[in-house]
Amino acid sequence: MKFLVCISNVPDTTTKITFTPDNKEFNKAGVQFVINPWDEYALTRAIELKEAQGAGTVTVLNVGEADTEPNIRKALAIGADDAIRINAHPKDAFFVAKQIASVAKEGGYDVILMGKESIDYNGFQVHGMVGELLSIPTVAPAMKLDMSGNTATLEREIEGGKEIVEVNTPFVASCQQPMCEPRIPNMRGIMTARTKPLKVVEPTTDAPRTEVETFALPPAKQGVKLIPAENAGELIKLLRNEAKVI
Amino acid sequence: MSVLVVVECDGGEVKKSSLEVASYGSQVAQMLGTTATAVAVGEATEANLAKLGEQGITKVLYDSEPRLKEFVNGAYTKLIATAAQKEDSKLIVLANSNIGAAVGSRLSIRLEASLATNVVALPQTEGGSFVVKRGVFSGKAFADVMLEGDRKIIAVKKNSIEALHEEGKTAQVESFSAQLTDADFADAPKEVVMQDQAGGVLLPEADLVVSGGRGMKGPENWNLIEDLAKALGAATACSKPVSDVDWRPHHEHVGQTGITVSPNLYIACGISGAIQHLAGVNSSKVIVVINKDPEAPFFKAADYGIVGDVFDVLPKLTQAVKELN
Ligand SMILES: Cc1cc2nc3c(=O)[nH]c(=O)nc-3n(C[C@H](O)[C@H](O)[C@H](O)COP(=O)(O)OP(=O)(O)OC[C@H]3O[C@@H](n4cnc5c(N)ncnc54)[C@H](O)[C@@H]3O)c2cc1C
Ligand SMILES: Cc1cc2nc3c(=O)[nH]c(=O)nc-3n(C[C@H](O)[C@H](O)[C@H](O)COP(=O)(O)OP(=O)(O)OC[C@H]3O[C@@H](n4cnc5c(N)ncnc54)[C@H](O)[C@@H]3O)c2cc1C
Repeated sequence: MKFLVCISNVPDTTTKITFTPDNKEFNKAGVQFVINPWDEYALTRAIELKEAQGAGTVTVLNVGEADTEPNIRKALAIGADDAIRINAHPKDAFFVAKQIASVAKEGGYDVILMGKESIDYNGFQVHGMVGELLSIPTVAPAMKLDMSGNTATLEREIEGGKEIVEVNTPFVASCQQPMCEPRIPNMRGIMTARTKPLKVVEPTTDAPRTEVETFALPPAKQGVKLIPAENAGELIKLLRNEAKVI
Repeated sequence: MSVLVVVECDGGEVKKSSLEVASYGSQVAQMLGTTATAVAVGEATEANLAKLGEQGITKVLYDSEPRLKEFVNGAYTKLIATAAQKEDSKLIVLANSNIGAAVGSRLSIRLEASLATNVVALPQTEGGSFVVKRGVFSGKAFADVMLEGDRKIIAVKKNSIEALHEEGKTAQVESFSAQLTDADFADAPKEVVMQDQAGGVLLPEADLVVSGGRGMKGPENWNLIEDLAKALGAATACSKPVSDVDWRPHHEHVGQTGITVSPNLYIACGISGAIQHLAGVNSSKVIVVINKDPEAPFFKAADYGIVGDVFDVLPKLTQAVKELN
């Protein structure tokens, strides 16, 4: 079975977010980029399923410029077989989805796995767009994924519960915990990753449909009002009479 | 051309987040000099749909096909696309929920529309452009995003828009059929399993949240969290390490890699306030932190704080709420 895993290159979760002085761009200076945490679930689960089937391939795909290659290599070190980088600045979700759909169409993948959402632009949309572009189902966000032949059984998170969904290949799923325990690269993986194929492909000519005009940070908090522990009940009065939230 | 608003219903009622979405839609409609029509999904009653007039909705389209009671991506997408066509809608507004965002992304392709999810404010429409503010970097920042093209879809984040309540106004409920066939229900779920919610309040929809971290020491102490939550009518939540070791279920885990909540009140008990945790909760209107360490980083993000032991403070708070009620 052919798995395609889409990974996004995002600022490490501990990053203090700042912008360029004109507030038009994210300030990348000194920021460490990682594989989007949710995409790690997609990657590990694809590798596990391939191993269980005893055959098949896991291809990782990133839409990004050359600076994303360290994280693509990391995905290869974790256990993907080969990689494709679409050489473009990922301008928006529509643009990215078009690139992924074009690779997916050509490669004839059975299962396309993504993360729930990117932790930078928080779109939660690339998976739905890709499914629609390919006219195949998308299951998002999936907490569990098992395969039996060409049929997948997934648990999809809904507000207050879960749905059990069955789909046949090909399909798209976006992954989140507790699907699996994301793997980290081992020494052997890191060595073999260097020689695994990483193909660079030029993008399609599709234009993005959205454009960020400016960024802003949330307003700073006024400072905390401390209530002595002996007098804890006072807090409840403040929440009713001052903050008016209860 | 009217603005089309997608309202999600559950057990006959319109979800609170959808009342906000309806209010958003009707206010944009007014800005654009048109009216707002709603299309309802899920289990609804005609009386509750008519009450959407209070949120400024003029007309509600309702397809009574019974299989639409549960979320089916294919069917919902077609239903909304058909309604958009019928109403000649250039703008669709939905909730930024696991339903709204999933359907919105498919619709954006089908209708060739630009899409913004996680939107937190009404658009700016000066000079013919259309700019919306959306949350980015997992709650750590906002971006003003311009939507291009003449068709647009917006998914509105919960609790970022005040719902309108114009007493006594009613919407006209119109039955409508999207002519759905079996093929549209091909991706219907085999089974739906609902969790037992402590006190019956769903975390993503909650106005009040009481949350516990590693400082709670173990699952056997969660009655302290639950008692306060119950007294307040709040939902319960937890930090990531707490769900990682199965003290609490995964759906309660909030933060950058869990769910994002933006309630009116978030009470953090024995949570240090790591940056990844804050990312999921810092758009809460009021944050209360209870921690025995005065240096805990969470205090910097808090509105009210108590430096103290949760095992001592929580029962006092529960008692105070009971006395107040
Ligand atoms: C103003 C702006 C500046 C940006 N700058 C950069 C930048 O400098 N470097 C950079 O790498 N990205 C950059 N991005 C792109 C961003 O990281 C996303 O790739 C893209 O916008 C989709 O984001 P989303 O939140 O909508 O994705 P979501 O819909 O939330 O993502 C869902 C899943 O889709 C997949 N996916 C998302 N993006 C990609 C991708 N690029 N390649 C492969 N799979 C993907 C992942 O599996 C992800 O979990 C920028 C975006 C904007 C709007
Ligand atoms: C990639 C990545 C993603 C992550 N995503 C998330 C996420 O989404 N959500 C999340 O929550 N975390 C996330 N984390 C983990 C995060 O970094 C922290 O480790 C975590 O939030 C800490 O949880 P905690 O506050 O419960 O525990 P701790 O940091 O151990 O804090 C416990 C606190 O309880 C206090 N305490 C102890 N005893 C008492 C008492 N008797 N009374 C009062 N206070 C007491 C202590 O002073 C301390 O401040 C992520 C980490 C990484 C690397």
